[in-house]
This record gives sequence, C-alpha cells and structure tokens, in this order.
Amino acid sequence: MAPQSIISLTDLVKTFPVGNGEFTALNRVNLTIDVGEFTGLVGPSGSGKTTLLNIIGSLDCPTQGEAHVLGKSVSTLTAREAAELRNNHIGFIFQSYNLLPVYTVFENVEFALLLQGIPTAKRRTMVMEALEWVGLTDKEKSKPSQLSGGESQRVAIARAMVKKPAIVLADEPSANLDAANSHHILQTMVKLNEQLKTTFIFATHDEKVMQYLRRIIHLQDGAIVRDETIGEG
Amino acid sequence: MITGFLWKGVVRDRGRSIMPFIVVTIGVFVVVFLDGFMGGMLSNMIDMTARFDAGHLKVVTKAFEENDMEKNNDLAILEADALFDQLRTHYPQVSWSPRIYFGGLLDIPDADGETLAQGPVAGTAYDLLTNQVESERLHLANSLVTGRLIGSGKEALVSVDFAERFEVSPGDTLTFFGSTMYGSMSFTNLTVVGIVRFGNAALDRGAIIVDISYARQFLDMENATTEIFGFLPDDLYKQEEAEAIKRDFNTRFPAWEEDEYAPYMLQLADQSGMGDMLAYMKSITFIMVVMLVFALSIVLWNTGILGGIRRYNEFGIRLAMGEPQGHIYRTMLLESLMIGAAGSVMGTILGLLLALYLRKYGLDYGSMMDNISMLIDPVIRAEITPRMFWVGFIPGVISILIGTALAGMAVYRRKTAELFRELS
Repeated sequence: MAPQSIISLTDLVKTFPVGNGEFTALNRVNLTIDVGEFTGLVGPSGSGKTTLLNIIGSLDCPTQGEAHVLGKSVSTLTAREAAELRNNHIGFIFQSYNLLPVYTVFENVEFALLLQGIPTAKRRTMVMEALEWVGLTDKEKSKPSQLSGGESQRVAIARAMVKKPAIVLADEPSANLDAANSHHILQTMVKLNEQLKTTFIFATHDEKVMQYLRRIIHLQDGAIVRDETIGEG
Repeated sequence: MITGFLWKGVVRDRGRSIMPFIVVTIGVFVVVFLDGFMGGMLSNMIDMTARFDAGHLKVVTKAFEENDMEKNNDLAILEADALFDQLRTHYPQVSWSPRIYFGGLLDIPDADGETLAQGPVAGTAYDLLTNQVESERLHLANSLVTGRLIGSGKEALVSVDFAERFEVSPGDTLTFFGSTMYGSMSFTNLTVVGIVRFGNAALDRGAIIVDISYARQFLDMENATTEIFGFLPDDLYKQEEAEAIKRDFNTRFPAWEEDEYAPYMLQLADQSGMGDMLAYMKSITFIMVVMLVFALSIVLWNTGILGGIRRYNEFGIRLAMGEPQGHIYRTMLLESLMIGAAGSVMGTILGLLLALYLRKYGLDYGSMMDNISMLIDPVIRAEITPRMFWVGFIPGVISILIGTALAGMAVYRRKTAELFRELS
C-alpha cells in the first residue's frame, strides 16, 4: 500500500520584515511527509527549522506557497480553526518542559483532554494509559517540582500524546537532558511512533536525536539542501 | 469540568490568588463597615432629631412653619384637643404627642430668697405625666444625673450645664420669667427635682424641662400647643410612610392654604435640612461604592498584569495546545470571579463583625462634641442592615472582573508564531 501523505508543502516562502527590508526564513520549500514518519529538520540556527515547525503546527501562515496539514490549507484557517486543528490533531513537545507547576502530573496530562470536553471516566483511562506509555503511572500525584528533568520531559510527551494526535512536533526535546535521559525519551517516542503510527517531526541539531531519525531533512538559509532517508544508503 | 480544574489552580497557586483576594477583602471590608457605620450615624441623627426636634411627623400652624426658627408661641395651634382627636382617628398607627417651647430668664435665689444669679433658659414642655411613652422616648431616666423625674406640675428638670453654672441642686426653687402666648408677662416658681445630661451640647446647654400641663397654665396656653409630634410604629422612621401621611393630612385639611393659623403637617425630611442630609448620605454610599470599584479595578488590573507575566509560559503552552484565546480569556475571568467571590465573602464577614462590635460597644466621641450643636448622640453605634450583605459583595466581584478583563486583553496580543521561541 502506498504511504499516505499527511503534510504537503509546495513552494513555501516565509518572510519577515526586518527594518526597511525583509528576511526570508523559508525559500521555496517543497516537502511531503507521510503518516508515521520519524523525521528530523536539521540545520544551524536561522536555517528555518522553527519557522517550518510553526507553519506545520498551524501557529503561523506562509507568505507564499501552499501548506496542507491533514488535508487543510494552513493559509486559509481562521485562528479558531487553527486552534481546533492543534487541539485535536497536533501535539507539541518543547525544549523546556513547560509543565503547569501548580498541577499534578495527572492534571497536566489531563488538561489537553479537558479542552476536548472528554468525560471524566474516559479522561482518567486515557491519562493513565499515556502515563503508562512513558512509565510514570507511579508519579501521577507528583508535582512538576518533584520530578527530574527526564521525568518532566516524559510528562510533556504524555501530555502531547494523550489525545493520540496525528502529528507531534518536537523542538529540541533532549537539549536539556543528559545522555541517559535523552535516549530514554527518544526510545519512548520511537515506541509510540511504532505503536500509534503518530508522525513525529523534530527540529534539532542534537546528534543523539539524529541516531533515532529515519529521515533527516537538512535546511540551510531557509531551503532544503538535502533530504536523506536513513537506511537507504 | 474546567471550573474544577481552575479552582484547584486558584487554591494551590497563592501567587495567583492571594494578592487579589487580599485587595478585594480589604475593599469590601471597608465598604461594608462604612455602610454600617454611616447607616448607624444616620439613624442616630434621625433618631435624635426626631425625638427632640422634628418627630417623624410634626403638625404646626402654617405661620409657625414659615417662622420656625423663632418658635413663637403666639403662632401656636389652638383647639389642640380637637386636632388631637382628628389625628388619632385618621392616623391611629402614629403616636401623637404635644410639645411647647418657651424661653425666658431663670432667677436663682440665695438662702435668704434674694437673687443670687439669673440666666437665660430655653425650656421645653413635654407630656410627661399622662404619657409614659414620651418620657421613655426622651430617655429621661437614663439621662438623669441626680434627683428624680417630674412627678407633679410645678417640678422641673434642668440640664447639667445649667446646674453647674448656677450651682443648682435638686430641691432648689427657681423662678421663671417669660411671656405668655398672648405677650403678657409670665412668672412661676419651679422646684428642681432632677438634673439631666443628654450628652449633646445642643440639648445640655441651658435647658429646662417641665410637664406640658403646668406649662399651659403659666404660658396661658390652655388647649394650645406649639407643635404636635408624631412617631411612626416602633419609633422607626420610614420616609415614604411619613410622606404619605403628610400628604394625606395636608389634602384632608386644606385650610392652611388660606388660613396661616390652620394646622399644617411636615415630615422629618422637610425639617432641619434632614431631607438634604438623607439624600447626601445615600449619595455618599453610592460615591463610595463607585470609588471602590474604580480604585480596586486599577489595583487589580495591575495585579492581573503581574499575574499574566508570571503565567506567561502557561498561557503560551495552552495556546500551543489549541486552546482558543477567547477561552483562555474566559477562564481568567472565571478564576477572578472565584477569587472575587471568596474575597467579597471574607470582606463582608469582617465588615459585619466590626459593625457588630460597634453596634454593641459604640464609638464614644463625646469629647469632640462639646461645641457642636448637631442633634447627634455622642456614642455612635453601627447599624446592621440586609443591605450590608450585598453592598460590598457586588462591587468587590465587579472590580476584580474589570481588572482582569483589562489585564487579560494581553492574551489577544499574543502571537502564536512566537510560541516555539518563547517556550524553548
């Protein structure tokens, strides 16, 4: 069966005004990502990784070109429609864990489901399932301040994954972690990618992350300079 | 569902809730307490003015009303008994009571009966011998410093100031010189039986009290009276009820339109600037509430901005997770509603407690009242009214909602395109 495209970018251009001129962050990017990919956007600072994640995550619109995510044109979405797309289909993992400090681990993960209006009993089942994926069922009542960095990032992964999104966007997810914790969370994400067929897209220049990627898209000055699929030689 | 989640945040995150809670509590406390205190002060003024100067209702001749500062007895009501019958028939719920004012000189004799001293005196004659209610209304028993109350016609009570100035004691006989209702000279001997202190400079300065039946004799005012006071049931002043009775009387007995000696009814708000005072006090409460809402809103706006900075990352992650800006804004308002309600409840309770304390023990500022002629009791007691349960509560909640609504607008200025950078 032919792989199904989940993200399609055509002649994508994104510019930002800088002084009297403008800065081109993305320059005629063409890219297709299929369901279940484990892909990394790699490149130096200013190469356009985060801008690309912004557009794929419906957090920003392209200046020119077409960006289709899950069949929806990002350019034509209203703010509310973009929020709905993120709420229902896209999970985010940040370099900083950004857990809500006053809530427990359980409540942090539960929040995404509250926004979807899922009933209490079902919510509990889904949260516990997500905590099981990341191996933190015993920490459900802990506060973020009681967790290690690795545990906090695993909670952030559970929060992103609990609603079983089609796409997870991760910006330098291991940057604040030591090697052991980095491998732990990456293995967790690989496992979830395989089990749930969730598409993972990373913005990174961390070698540890690159070991796990099955496709690496190299960006430089806003353009794709190399697109390599690992294992194909 | 989200309400419970927000409530947990409000309770657990004291940095989010404690400052607005304290601000609302203090503001509401001040309004509730001041409302009770000012209400008590107003009631005190109404009560004192009604008892000694205006009644809840008052019947005088039209001519007397037009010259009421002079208190001329030649403008008194004649055929007073018939008028009493009419008043008791048409307004049986009102307690009617006649009063006569008189002025003159009191001559204080020495042991040999020679004049020791003389002093001007302002006298009031009350119905003390046939109407026990009048004595109770004037709190005469409580005001008695020494001696006893009046038991027969030729007896008098004098104020403590007068007694001290002229060294008068119970048992002394004084001679009053004045004029009758018809302008001829009047004099009589009065035996001082008691000395009273009302605690109010206006009442305690050179006052003498006699029974009205004897005053009618020495002032030649048989079947006449200067004023007839009316008091509503339980001695509680109700402006609308008093106004209705006044209108009815003045319509039912319209002779005053042509005859200046015909009876004319006034109510308390028409006299001694009390109407203005009542309106002023109501305005003060309204202004106080508006100022509270304004001041608290400004403070809470600032608090909200600081809270928004503290929770910058939280709002960012919520936006990234797909929570619409409008939803975040509404949850902020919902949180502030919770904090505002809690602070308002606390402020109302504290305000009521202090008002209750001041109702029981009062605030005695008699030493500041020595030279003040206002009819007001030197011990002010707060008043507890149903209004106090909401007068601070609603402004407290509204002010935090306004403050949060202003501060929360920042959510709409947040750019989602910056989130990856901001949250990294």
